Amino acid sequence: MTVVNAQSIDEALHALAELPEPRLVAGGTDMMVEVNFGRHKPGDVVSLRQVRELRSWHRNDDGSIFIGSGLPYKVMEEGELAMMFPALAQAARTVGSPQIRAAGTLGGNLGTCSPAGDGLPVLAALDAEVHLRSLSGERRVPFSQFMTGVKKNVARSDELITGVTIPMTVGFQGYAKVGVRNAMVIAIASACFVHDESSNSVRLALGAVAPTIVRCTEAETYLDGVLAKATPITSHELDRFKELAASAARPITDHRSTADYRRHAVTILAKRFAERAFNVV
Amino acid sequence: MSSEHYALKVNGARHEVRDSWIGESLLYVLRERLGFYGTKGACEQGECGSCTVLMDGEAVCSCLVLAATAQGAEIVTVEGLAPEGELNDVQRAFVDKGAVQCGFCTPGLIVAITHLLDNDPQPSESKIKESISGNICRCTGYGRIFDAVQQAIEVRGVNR
Ligand SMILES: Cc1cc2nc3c(=O)[nH]c(=O)nc-3n(C[C@H](O)[C@H](O)[C@H](O)COP(=O)(O)OP(=O)(O)OC[C@H]3O[C@@H](n4cnc5c(N)ncnc54)[C@H](O)[C@@H]3O)c2cc1C
Ligand code: FES
Ligand code: FES
Repeated sequence: MTVVNAQSIDEALHALAELPEPRLVAGGTDMMVEVNFGRHKPGDVVSLRQVRELRSWHRNDDGSIFIGSGLPYKVMEEGELAMMFPALAQAARTVGSPQIRAAGTLGGNLGTCSPAGDGLPVLAALDAEVHLRSLSGERRVPFSQFMTGVKKNVARSDELITGVTIPMTVGFQGYAKVGVRNAMVIAIASACFVHDESSNSVRLALGAVAPTIVRCTEAETYLDGVLAKATPITSHELDRFKELAASAARPITDHRSTADYRRHAVTILAKRFAERAFNVV
Repeated sequence: MSSEHYALKVNGARHEVRDSWIGESLLYVLRERLGFYGTKGACEQGECGSCTVLMDGEAVCSCLVLAATAQGAEIVTVEGLAPEGELNDVQRAFVDKGAVQCGFCTPGLIVAITHLLDNDPQPSESKIKESISGNICRCTGYGRIFDAVQQAIEVRGVNR
């Protein structure tokens, strides 16, 4: 048993490949809860905390943005990233508390892959790609193919999530979640809505209402059709949109909420975002 | 279980950690291995903030940091905010305003508020509330804590 404080992606990848029972840790805000409560006994730990390359973001030549997996939420809350991706900033601001946002990362959110992870609907709605790197090379997986179930994803045990690439979009975007209070709450239902002005099309992704994050493709297609008519959106059309959105959800009843309430919450979120995006009053 | 030998930098000084289990949190190591009892532990799941310390200038929950991964980081606990035997302005304000009842939440709040004021000496009311939203106090109802923050803001304004 050992702890490797990796200084570079390469060092982390070698440790992942060579140690018998490696477990990656970035901010530790998910993993340490498991450790403190005895649910996980760390074998070998590979810490990414000191890997500078993962804790930054940059603009690619094609205008898309790469966000390193180790960038804490705090950096997404305001500043340049928040101006480019308001939905990501809104999601980041809803995560836990300032202490959690100073430590927690998108890589950890992707690694845990909880359906209630606040970063994930944003990555889904913004058509992000997840970068996975191992000693044998790098592959990029669209988020829609990355998450396969509750706390399940396609990353192999020798792979490291180095970050995500998000294409730039111009137009309204928003993220909101429903929970029992304002701070420090896990979503009962969440949604990310994006209006891509260049194609005049919308994207809606839901969290916490199915085993994976879901895209509401039927609702999206419907609203795209409404937008194509270039007439003001009617309340009837909004109602149809929100019902189609809710039909994409496959919620369960658990200690946090009931399936019915989750479905109801989705209709409210979907309608509210469409109203905000298109100034329907 | 295995033991590891490593060093942490706490309040500016190097401390050796010996014979520890590799899964120990920074909270546990600070208290049980190094004797920094100012840092409190309650929930050990990031919810209460009583274990808040500064790590490389960020306020974090020490219960959520694997201690051995904090090698090389600058850690500041409540003991490190003022010279031995003295109080910093936030601590002074807590005493003056009676913002302490049982005191269990106090060190975490002092660290969080000191961190806030070091980065923003004139925070808005909503920013103050936001910045201590990760610190739970079961006794005071927060009123006197906000009074103490106001005093510290005023004192810093005068001394600037
Ligand atoms: C009090 C509290 C409140 C919280 N509130 C919220 C909330 O409101 N919303 C929310 O979404 N989450 C919340 N969380 C959960 C957590 O903070 C987030 O999921 C966060 O994004 C995890 O990031 P991390 O870097 O701390 O993860 P870590 O704990 O370091 O890692 C999490 C998992 O991902 C793996 N991993 C980490 N980095 C990588 C990588 N680069 N490549 C591959 N695998 C990797 C780890 O092996 C581990 O399995 C909360 C947690 C706590 C303790
Ligand atoms: S003990 Fe760390 S947040 Fe409660
Ligand atoms: S004074 Fe008792 S918890 Fe805050």
